Amino acid sequence: MEDLLREYLPVLVFLGMATALGAVLILAAVILGPTNPDPEKLSAYECGFNAFDDARMKFDVRFYLVAILFIIFDLEIAFLFPWAVTFKGMTDVSFWSMMVFLAVLTIGFAYEWKKGALEWE
Amino acid sequence: MGVADFAFYIFAISAVIGGLFTVVSKNPVHSVLWLILAFLSSAGLFVLLGAEFVAMLLVIVYVGAVAVLFMFVVMMIDVDFAELRGQMAKYVPIALLIGVVLLLELSLAFGTWQVSNNAEAVRAAIAPDMAEVTNTAALGQLVYEKYIYLFQTAGLILLVAMIGAIVLTLRHRVNIKRQNVMEQMHRDPAKAMEVIDVKPGQGL
Repeated sequence: MEDLLREYLPVLVFLGMATALGAVLILAAVILGPTNPDPEKLSAYECGFNAFDDARMKFDVRFYLVAILFIIFDLEIAFLFPWAVTFKGMTDVSFWSMMVFLAVLTIGFAYEWKKGALEWE
Repeated sequence: MGVADFAFYIFAISAVIGGLFTVVSKNPVHSVLWLILAFLSSAGLFVLLGAEFVAMLLVIVYVGAVAVLFMFVVMMIDVDFAELRGQMAKYVPIALLIGVVLLLELSLAFGTWQVSNNAEAVRAAIAPDMAEVTNTAALGQLVYEKYIYLFQTAGLILLVAMIGAIVLTLRHRVNIKRQNVMEQMHRDPAKAMEVIDVKPGQGL
C-alpha cells in the first residue's frame, strides 16, 4: 500500500505544481495587468452590431444521442481493461463471458447502424 | 502527518468544496466545472484507498464523458436560468422538505450501521492478494468469473440503454437530401452527362 502511494507521489507533485502555476498566472494578471475600464472597450466595434439574442437555443436531440452512444461504448471499453490485463492465464469462463458481453453489445451496435443512428442527415 | 494524510485532507476538502459550489453557484456552467473538481478529488481519494482502477475509471467515464455531456446540455439547452432563479422562492419549501427527508433517511441508515467484526476478513477472502497482483488484474480475476451474472447484466443494461436512446430520440426527417456514398461511387459519367449540340437561334 505504501509502495503504491509512493508511485503516485510524482503525480501529486505535478498536481501541486499545476495548481500553483494556474494560481500564479491568474494572480499575476490581476496584480500586474493595467486596469483601465472604459465602456467603449466593451461596445461593438465600428460596423458591428449588438447581439440580438443569447447563444442558448433549442438544438437537435441527435447531439444527445451521439453523446449517449459514446458513453455506452466508453463503458464497454472500461470493462475491457481488466479483461485484457488478466488475459494471460485466463480461464475459459472469463474469456467466453467477455465474448458474450461483446456479442450483446455488438447486437446493439448492429441495431443502431441499421437504424441509421450513426448517420448525420 | 505524512504526505498521504496531507493528500487525503487536500482531496477531501476540495471534494466537499466542489460539491458545495456545484449547488450554490449561480452560473450552471460554473456548476459543472465545480462538479468536475469534485469528481477529480474523489478520484484522488480512490487512489489513496488503493483503488487505482476505479480512480482512473472515474476520470475517464465521469470527467471524460458524463461531465462533458452535462456541460454540453447546460450550454446548449434553451432554458432561461435567470427566470428560473426568480421562481426559486416558490420551490424552497418543497426543496427543504426533500432535503430533511433525505437527511433523516441518511441518519437512520448510518445510525444503525454496524460494522461486523469479520467484515475485513470476508472482503479479503474474495479478493486476490493485493501484494501479488495489481489492482486491475485483481478486478479482472473477479468480475468475469465470480461475478459473471452481474457482468452480463451490465452488458444487457448497456444494450437496453443503447436501444432506448435510439427509440426515444431517433427521428428520420423526410424531404432531406442525404449523402449516399455507394450511389456516388457507382455513378457512371456516360449516363450522367449528355452533350447536346444546340443550333444557333434555337432553344432546346
